[in-house]
Amino acid sequence: MDLASAKMIGAGLACIALVGAGVGIGSIFSSLVSSIARNPASQAQITTPALLGFALAEATGLFGLVVAFIILFG
Amino acid sequence: MAEEHVSPLHQFVIKPIVPLHVGHLDLSYTNSALFMTVTVVLVTLFIVLSTSGAGLVPTRWQSTAELVYEFVANMVRDNVGSQGRKYFPFIFSLFMFILFGNLIGMVPYTFTFTSHIVVTFAMALFIFVAVTAIAIARHGFHFFSYFAPKGVPWVMLLLLVPIEIVSYLIRPCTLAIRLFANMMAGHTMLIIFAGFVTALGILGVLPLVFNMGFILLEFLVAVLQAYVYTILTCIYLHDAIHLH
Repeated sequence: MDLASAKMIGAGLACIALVGAGVGIGSIFSSLVSSIARNPASQAQITTPALLGFALAEATGLFGLVVAFIILFG
Repeated sequence: MAEEHVSPLHQFVIKPIVPLHVGHLDLSYTNSALFMTVTVVLVTLFIVLSTSGAGLVPTRWQSTAELVYEFVANMVRDNVGSQGRKYFPFIFSLFMFILFGNLIGMVPYTFTFTSHIVVTFAMALFIFVAVTAIAIARHGFHFFSYFAPKGVPWVMLLLLVPIEIVSYLIRPCTLAIRLFANMMAGHTMLIIFAGFVTALGILGVLPLVFNMGFILLEFLVAVLQAYVYTILTCIYLHDAIHLH
């Protein structure tokens, strides 16, 4: 296998990191929806930590994307 | 026109507008610097003009400016505490700079300077150094107790202290990569799906509809990432002032 095709495969494999980010984001928002359903009055207070958690979870997936870019263009 | 292949990453190329070389340094005024200037001018105009004729009954522009001001002021009060009051001007400038930078990037044919890690990392490094300096100035040598949480058995400390130190040192990297990767991934995705529209002919309506939804999501991400960047700065500042 030559280097170019190995790079392509490696970049594709690096995108598997997005699975974890997807699971994390889904878990955060499912908890948010069920919390608001149980106690609608708490919505204003819990949305901020949920968005913060969403951004932190999403960032881990994007690290995988950055690795993919480094493999492809680095 | 359709044959012309344009890389999705072509939009991030930095082009010098006014070339300027001092010795080995390249100090050219680039399109990135141009859009930073545009952002600063727009933010200044927005705040100065909307509050210049400030009255008791606010006009529409004045309420908009007050809305943003109160939003950031509440964020600082809730996350840093009353002692964070004197850092409010910096936090507000940071928020407006990133917010306007992200939103200007959503205008077609403009340049998103927040999609470059050199910009976001420079800001993140400045925040990291400033926050650490504030913490050391306030607490002196006691600052290092930050890495050893109270009430933990000493056997666990052997494991916990290195983890705390690494997670502290990695903060500027995560702060920078989060903003840069979000903006770059979003804009790359928009271009790739725009390419599908022309390539698929009549079926191109499907990616077009998807792209319209995705642009809405990108606006949400632009605001959300400015918010997250700022609120994490507030949280780091809170840690520096209160040490846990």
